[in-house]
Amino acid sequence: MPISVQRPLPPELAAIQQEMEGRARDYGLDFFETIFEVLDYEELSMFAAYGGFPVRYPHWRFGAQFDELMKGYAYGLQKIYEMVINTDPVYAYLLSSNAITDQKLVIAHVYGHCDFFKNNAWFSQTNRKMLDQMANHASRVSRYIDRFGFEAVEQFIDACLSIEDLIDMHSPHIVRRETETTEVTKALASPLQAPAGDQPQNTSKFRTKDYLEAYINPPEVLRAEAEERSQKEQEREKQRTFPESPQRDVLLFLLEHAPLKDWQHDVLSIIRDEAYYFAPQGQTKIMNEGWASYWHSKIMTRHGLTDAEIIDYADHHSGTMATSRNRLNPYKLGIELLKDIEERWNRGQFGPEYEDCTDAYTRSQWDKQLGLGRQKIFEVRRVHNDVTFIDEFLTPEFCLKQGFFEYRFNESTNYYEIASREFQMIKTQLLDGLTNHGRPFISVVDGNYRNRGELYLQHQYEGIELRQDYAQDTLANLEKLWGRPVHIETIIDEKPSIISFDGSTHEIHEK
Amino acid sequence: MARSIDRDLQRFKDIVRGRVRENLKKYITHGEMLGRQGRDVVSIPVPNIDIPHFRHGSKGSGGVGQGEGEVGSPIGQGQADGDGQGQAGDQPGSGHYREVEIALDELAEMLGQELELPRIEPKGKNTITTSKDKYTSIRRTGPESLRHIKRTYKRALRRMIASNDYDPRNPKVIPTRDDRLYRSWKTTEQPETNALIVYMMDVSGSMTDDQKEIVRIESFWIDAWLRNQYDGIDIRYIIHDAVAKEVDEDTFYHTRESGGTRISSAYRLARDIMHHEYPVDDWNIYFFQFSDGDNWGEDNKSCVDMLMQDLLPHCNLFCYGQVESPYGSGEFIRELRRIQDQWENLTLSEIDNKDAIYDSIKLFLGKGK
Repeated sequence: MPISVQRPLPPELAAIQQEMEGRARDYGLDFFETIFEVLDYEELSMFAAYGGFPVRYPHWRFGAQFDELMKGYAYGLQKIYEMVINTDPVYAYLLSSNAITDQKLVIAHVYGHCDFFKNNAWFSQTNRKMLDQMANHASRVSRYIDRFGFEAVEQFIDACLSIEDLIDMHSPHIVRRETETTEVTKALASPLQAPAGDQPQNTSKFRTKDYLEAYINPPEVLRAEAEERSQKEQEREKQRTFPESPQRDVLLFLLEHAPLKDWQHDVLSIIRDEAYYFAPQGQTKIMNEGWASYWHSKIMTRHGLTDAEIIDYADHHSGTMATSRNRLNPYKLGIELLKDIEERWNRGQFGPEYEDCTDAYTRSQWDKQLGLGRQKIFEVRRVHNDVTFIDEFLTPEFCLKQGFFEYRFNESTNYYEIASREFQMIKTQLLDGLTNHGRPFISVVDGNYRNRGELYLQHQYEGIELRQDYAQDTLANLEKLWGRPVHIETIIDEKPSIISFDGSTHEIHEK
Repeated sequence: MARSIDRDLQRFKDIVRGRVRENLKKYITHGEMLGRQGRDVVSIPVPNIDIPHFRHGSKGSGGVGQGEGEVGSPIGQGQADGDGQGQAGDQPGSGHYREVEIALDELAEMLGQELELPRIEPKGKNTITTSKDKYTSIRRTGPESLRHIKRTYKRALRRMIASNDYDPRNPKVIPTRDDRLYRSWKTTEQPETNALIVYMMDVSGSMTDDQKEIVRIESFWIDAWLRNQYDGIDIRYIIHDAVAKEVDEDTFYHTRESGGTRISSAYRLARDIMHHEYPVDDWNIYFFQFSDGDNWGEDNKSCVDMLMQDLLPHCNLFCYGQVESPYGSGEFIRELRRIQDQWENLTLSEIDNKDAIYDSIKLFLGKGK
């Protein structure tokens, strides 16, 4: 149900599509049916602003995004060439003003993405009917807007979006806890348990005659026992926090415990659903783009190009692969690392024997002619995400070849400076930047802080402090959802501190 | 088809406008925030339009790059995010800005609302009129160049169907003389109100760059408001020390001369411009004079005389803004205070610093003249 009545591809492009699809299948790529549409830049920007979907709920940030894309295009700063969404069937959008060579490249590229969406494990839990789901979300939100007013809904959405990234990215794949049983069902399950604290002192008392009482049940022993029990009781009480263990999925915690109205509850769950839908794309940016680029270059250079198109292709391809000193290009890193893996597995540069070899020359000449490369990268695209991809396959040789370095922020100069070219440092830094999408780890530790129903979050400090202005604004939004004061424990100037917001003022104090 | 993105875009723009309105006072007093672009729009950095998230600051942050470079060589600047001060703040973050464009007219409207400025009652109404032709109606006769083809053919078609001459299988429509229709126009007379703004500034040595900055900001807002109120505006700039000369806008704000100050020289020039080029009955005339108030003592009397005889009787408003300067004595405003009661259209304001700009604008334009 695209917004435009589906426009068939012009015959020229349809022919290219068919050819590319055939090539992709010949190489063993496996994908859902892919429907291409040609859009002009404005339409493409609209789709891009909506995260690839034709229908989203009304919200200004889409407009802001659209504005940015259109301006960026008008001033010649940026251009989107294509857009693919992870659904079944896959929808892919081409830019009408692309030259025919570009269209070829883009179509080949798209098939790489399609294969990745279908086969990568991290996408396995995503809703492939998201197109319908998004439209459904849109109509639900629109209904709330009609009933409760635009401002109210918008403000609420703003507050939700502020914490939309506080989700547990791994939760779709594992069971974190037993299915919730409510207090009522728990009570029903154990109906005959006597209420605690009824007659606790009787438990260790022996039956006896009155005159033996003082000897059989000496009062000081009883008292000591009672004390011990009550102490244990208190300790248990103390330990029983809420939630029982820190919870990463702050959105879920709010859904379950925040005092939300029905419509607010629904809106928050919509935001959460969408956040989970988009999460794997953030988790696999390098791999996904690398994989698609690998295939477009393979298909184009082996089959797709006529002599006249070579230059255009090379120009475009190198533009996509351009590297910069202060930002890593995911396309470049992805494709190069995949190629590196392919080569290593072709030559057998893996396994204990290779790892144990310390002679650089032998290592570089290592070639057992195994030819396992292609098979290996298919496996890699199935099981890995960016973090495990880098963790597993980044090698010192590769870093050297690519000229990677690690940079750090130097407070005294207010500049980012090259800090190291050592492999371990680079790898650690890369992984740091990718883990949790480079965002701070934050979880709910206490939903009844100071026994006042206040919300207490904890920032798991990994060496980088929070941006305070953002943190304060985010807290303010969180307070709107929670309805009671909210706190976040973090590190400020190397000291453990708590930032609080009580609905009117922010407060920062050392812990 | 109305696209939903247009709705979202519109909403975004509304929010931006709201934010600008909220922060208008800051924009008024901090002119440097406005990057003027083109004739009709300004670009403004608007705060807090992002959705805030928990994010890492730049302190202790880093990344991986690719390329040449020795260890230690800088590769880019950090963002000034003001964190790491570790002090309590009740101010929500102000770090995130976004450049947006806003129409000058709209900005003037906001200014008007914010300062509660009354609409200006222009004088010389209806004395200058322009006539505009609008093609709004249809006539049976007219020159061929104005023939309304669509209507003509429609009429012909109707006639042919009515007279049963029309054959759908051979759909030829042939207009006759009677079918022809022509466009026709109506002339409307529109009153035009024009205004002349004359800025005068003292550029003697005692006026420093800080003072000029105040003048620049204040005149930006005055321009914006008056432009919004009048159809056509002429702006003239006069600088003076001991002698006055007319200059263009750029020179006006960037010239610095030395030497003494004779305000009367500027008045004389202003008078000449007004009398020679702008018939006082038809033009709404505004004088804005900025000085540090340091005038050559003997000149004061002739200034006041000239003001009362030549300028005040003819202008809507004469505004004198005295900016505080480390050098100026600021006595000139005292001279003018003496005659202030007699002239309703004489407005005096002392502008000590940028924060005073706000009230000063309100004072100048608050009379609705």
